[in-house]
Amino acid sequence: MLKDFARKIGYDDPLDIYLAKIESLLASDYKISKRSIALLLLQEDKQVLDIVKNKEKSGIDKIITIISEAKAHYLHSPSYIINLCRLREANRIAFAVTSHKKVRKFGFRELLSKIMMNPFTGAPILLLVLYYGLYKFVGTFGAGVLVDFLEHKVFEHHVNPFMINLVNNTVPFKLLQDLLVGEYGIITLGVRYAIALILPIVATFFFAFAIVEDTGYLPRLAMLIDQLFKKIGLSGRAVIPLVLGFGCDTMATMVTRTLPTKRERIIATLLLALAIPCSAQMGVILALLGDKPLGLIVWLGVIMLVFFIVGFLAAKIMPGELPSFYMEIPPLRWPQFANIFLKTWTRLKWYFLEILPLFIFASVLIWVGQITGVFAFLVKILEHPVRWIGLPDKAAVAFLFGFFRRDYGAAGLYDLKKAGLLSGNQLVIACITLTLFLPCIAQLLMNIKERGIRMGIAMSVFILFFSFWTGYLVNLFFVLFNIRL
Amino acid sequence: MLSEYAEEILEALWIQIEEKGGKFIDLGVCRDEPAVEELVKLGFIRKDQTHVYLLEKGKPQAVACVRRHRLAERLFVDVLDIKKKNIDEASCKFEHLLHEGLEDNVCTLLGHPKVCPHGKPIPSGKCCLEKKETKSLKIIAPLSRLEVKDKGKIGYLQAKDASQMQKLISMQALPGTSVTLLQKFPSYVFQIGHSQFAIDKELAQAIYVRLIR
Repeated sequence: MLKDFARKIGYDDPLDIYLAKIESLLASDYKISKRSIALLLLQEDKQVLDIVKNKEKSGIDKIITIISEAKAHYLHSPSYIINLCRLREANRIAFAVTSHKKVRKFGFRELLSKIMMNPFTGAPILLLVLYYGLYKFVGTFGAGVLVDFLEHKVFEHHVNPFMINLVNNTVPFKLLQDLLVGEYGIITLGVRYAIALILPIVATFFFAFAIVEDTGYLPRLAMLIDQLFKKIGLSGRAVIPLVLGFGCDTMATMVTRTLPTKRERIIATLLLALAIPCSAQMGVILALLGDKPLGLIVWLGVIMLVFFIVGFLAAKIMPGELPSFYMEIPPLRWPQFANIFLKTWTRLKWYFLEILPLFIFASVLIWVGQITGVFAFLVKILEHPVRWIGLPDKAAVAFLFGFFRRDYGAAGLYDLKKAGLLSGNQLVIACITLTLFLPCIAQLLMNIKERGIRMGIAMSVFILFFSFWTGYLVNLFFVLFNIRL
Repeated sequence: MLSEYAEEILEALWIQIEEKGGKFIDLGVCRDEPAVEELVKLGFIRKDQTHVYLLEKGKPQAVACVRRHRLAERLFVDVLDIKKKNIDEASCKFEHLLHEGLEDNVCTLLGHPKVCPHGKPIPSGKCCLEKKETKSLKIIAPLSRLEVKDKGKIGYLQAKDASQMQKLISMQALPGTSVTLLQKFPSYVFQIGHSQFAIDKELAQAIYVRLIR
């Protein structure tokens, strides 16, 4: 039994006395040992203090007095003293039972690690990781080959015709038929979208991300980028949610929980919603601007500029604790394939459980919006800002759908492009505005869930105005300098 | 040069004014001390029937006295390993020897510490602002001022708040632990036991390391 081996760590004299005093005052049952509770109290654990306050009506005043006595006794906080004693004990045990080989020679692993952490050699490595991991694997293979197969072969030829047939023959009402298999139906649009378009992209992204994660590259990237991120109010640690955002902004918004302060969480959420395009969106944008390298560069430049300017201003405006960076740098390791598959699988499972219902919800909303005429009305309103940024009225539909899924919107633009309705300039402006435009409905809901309703709505309103305003400025710039892309 | 007793008076005045928010100290037992007259003559202090006041001219002198006293304390604790209860007595005697340049050398030696062992701030001197310094003079320095490959044991931590201390504790960066600085740009990377950590400058400034050469 583990219990037989349990032994107390001897703390300093006065500390042990304070501990014993607190222990004797704890009358209730806490499920863990009273000593542990007493230790947590001395380390000023707020949660434990609240629990004890509730349970010890009579003894609580005495306990608080003892805690402050203990604090007054030492120059440092009791938690510091406790940790020092624990370290001493841990070292004693470690010394007694371990032996060390002589220092290992400086091998390939250490060399690679050094190269990754050097700012001059680290940047090309980052580009390599982005090119092969993101562009080649996720972009070309996931968003290209796999999507092509699932969308065109599986859905268009097999699933959709079968389902349309089935529903039309079994469901008698036209309205319900539309809801299920119409142009924006749950099956023909919602499910098809989730499985044929999003699944291959996020699956390849999560797979690539898991590999990068398991090698230990991310902490090295974080230490490289920390100083830059400090300028936008974040620490190097924020690199993880932001990189994940290139896969799925909604999941990345949830991962902002790992950031230590509220201020960092808010700034990261805003930047994710505004300036980090998710993999689905990037797929379509690459398709739109793929044959216009100059347009792609302008798009990238404007988005990066927005990212840093908004981050910089947010950091200036937001009150709160400044970010502090500390992170363990684990040794570089070969990723284990079992782990990678498990991670990818777990994330995909989460994705489907959380996101698929939202897709279906979006399909239902579009259906309701169309039969009630609300959509036609909103499209009319959106035509104005769309005109201001120099786009044809028809683009308004793409923007409205962009709210339900940012990538629906981009796909809508793709249709316009195919119809030859957009010039080079217009394409670039449309891509910029749509990238910045309101997050998809899933991300909006996640923003509200994580940041609260007020902050979530405020961010969305800001983004709505900011995206069109940026589109307007870029258009103005193009006109003034007579630039044609 | 000021007498020892005069320096003590200046020091007490400065602490009373800057740290305790007072305006004067009681004349009390030092009423007939020649040191008081000495300071009055120099224009450093002013006295009336019952109290002594610090004058503008005496301020730089007073700050320097406090600085010397607290540097002496640091020296005794960090380098000479004296027991805490004896610090005060020893440093009271020693501070008067730290004059004209010597105090800056001690400050450099100790890595330009910002607080005394009791946690009170040490006024900074001109040496603290200079970037370049003689390497041979360094015994204790914050991690942020070490060179790559410098090794040492953590001497003490000087966290600016509880959350910073918590971060240092979670990395096991505690006094007595051996550290090696591996990289200092763009972030500080150090080895502690078998682990490596990356930290920013603010945290690196909080870890004072006793160098091993």
